[in-house]
Amino acid sequence: MSTLVFVEHQGDQVARGSLGVLGKAADLGGEVGAVMVGGTEVKALAADLGRHGAAVVHVAEDDSFVPALPQPRVDVLAHVVRAHGYDTVLFSNSVLAADVAGGLAARLDAGLNWDLVDIAPGDGSIIGKRLALGDSLLVEVGWRTSPRLALFRPGSFEPVGRDGQARVETVSVELEDHSRAARVVEHRVEADSGPSLESAEVVVTGGMGLGGPEHLSLAEDLAGVLGGVVGATRAVVYAGWAPHSAQVGQTGKTVSPKLYVALGVSGAVQHKVGMQSSQTIVAINSDPRAPIFEFCDLAVVGDVHEVVPRLVELLRARTSG
Amino acid sequence: MKVVACVKCVPEGRARLDPSSMRLEREGAAEINAFDLFAVEEAIRIKESNGAEVVVVSVGPGPAEEALRSALALGADRAVLVNDASAAGSDMVATARILAKALEREGADLVLFGQQTSDGGGAVLWAAVADLLRLPVVSQTTSLELADRSVRAVRQSEGGDDVVEAPLPAVVAVTDAINELRYASLKGKMAAKKKPLDALALSDLGLGPDDAGARGSRTDVLRISGPPSRPDAFRIEEPDRAPQVIVDFLAERQLV
Repeated sequence: MSTLVFVEHQGDQVARGSLGVLGKAADLGGEVGAVMVGGTEVKALAADLGRHGAAVVHVAEDDSFVPALPQPRVDVLAHVVRAHGYDTVLFSNSVLAADVAGGLAARLDAGLNWDLVDIAPGDGSIIGKRLALGDSLLVEVGWRTSPRLALFRPGSFEPVGRDGQARVETVSVELEDHSRAARVVEHRVEADSGPSLESAEVVVTGGMGLGGPEHLSLAEDLAGVLGGVVGATRAVVYAGWAPHSAQVGQTGKTVSPKLYVALGVSGAVQHKVGMQSSQTIVAINSDPRAPIFEFCDLAVVGDVHEVVPRLVELLRARTSG
Repeated sequence: MKVVACVKCVPEGRARLDPSSMRLEREGAAEINAFDLFAVEEAIRIKESNGAEVVVVSVGPGPAEEALRSALALGADRAVLVNDASAAGSDMVATARILAKALEREGADLVLFGQQTSDGGGAVLWAAVADLLRLPVVSQTTSLELADRSVRAVRQSEGGDDVVEAPLPAVVAVTDAINELRYASLKGKMAAKKKPLDALALSDLGLGPDDAGARGSRTDVLRISGPPSRPDAFRIEEPDRAPQVIVDFLAERQLV
């Protein structure tokens, strides 16, 4: 088995999801390569991937790779897979990775299984595991041909540091015409203050059930005492109560903290996809039939305005006592 | 200008898995996948503001026809359904192959997709289709403007918003944040009955049974079982006791 992992980064930060998948690839055994695509920053980041299980890192470095567009990356990955004969290509899901994986599947006429939560040897090959229909079913999936492509839910694997050194190899690829057609004319990053949602160990999210922007302080107070970061549902962001940088869900951020607390969040599927891999989920909602109660660990039916202030008090007393 | 909205028709109501075939049940009434309606709506808005022919394209069995009529009722001009028994059970790559052929036949200037499906399938179809057609692709689009022979799209991702420009023809996947859906009017529903709906077989697209269905697929569903997932949530319905219960729960899991 020889596995290639698409490793993403933002700025000088390698995505945790990618590192987790890289570690999983190393656990599966065989040859493990990583591929990084970007500007001048990638070489320095690439060298460090040995400590996460890569034996070799294929690096495509060019200013034209700085915008996060998928199609040039499809060209790079197709080249690396063909040149080195990788039989398995793994991705941690993101907006970019999903598009790269889809394009690569078409380019290589390869099978792609997505939304996987695990992968394991079995049936003389490897088997992917996926939760389906609102996580009510476990589906085991396979590949009929090689290479096998897989996209994992973010947070499926924790990155684990290990000993090892990676060889860094430069890849140069002639891009396809259609891969150069789209261009980024503007990149807007919201000024993110405070710690990032994606790397937070505790996230406290406020939904419309808070009742108004003035009640977002409930989420802030609870996040404060738990040492967490405040998130928001899309409806809350659209209502203008919170910035888009705080949005958790399909059109926002994907988080997988140790603890996720949802305050007045109904749990629509668009929200669920952004937080379902959190380790522990506590939901407080006055609607006993809120969908979020179907996929949380502790379901609290009650008014957030009643429960949260007393909860904050108890937690404060605990930490000070 | 021709705009094609690619839609998936899914069983109405809750999706069910047929345990024997390990496929989603496709019998009975169908409706357009909720997320794809945003692609249909965007296509109709482009028609209204710029003038365009709007075609809805889908791959699926017979009941999808009624679902496609609902898109015609909203304002699409024509529908194309690739309905072929050999296409049943096509995986993502096989479906992309069929769609790409159908789109080639249409020669669209702009191909729109919805960003997600409610039944878990086809999550990256647009990227595969774009690669097969060798067209630029922009996904996760929250706002779309048409200029002379190009599109300008705002693409939302974890790292912020990118404004992406691409020449036409292009493939664009839109999110449910891009527009507000309309309802079909009675007049629209009446008009829809007379609008053309072409049913195509794989052979009409120059495809054979090896290109589609299980034979054309590169992935397999091996087994389906109950979820290993979270055990039922511990539930507390007395708000008075709730704060202490939460603290104890967090303490037990060493989260505080």
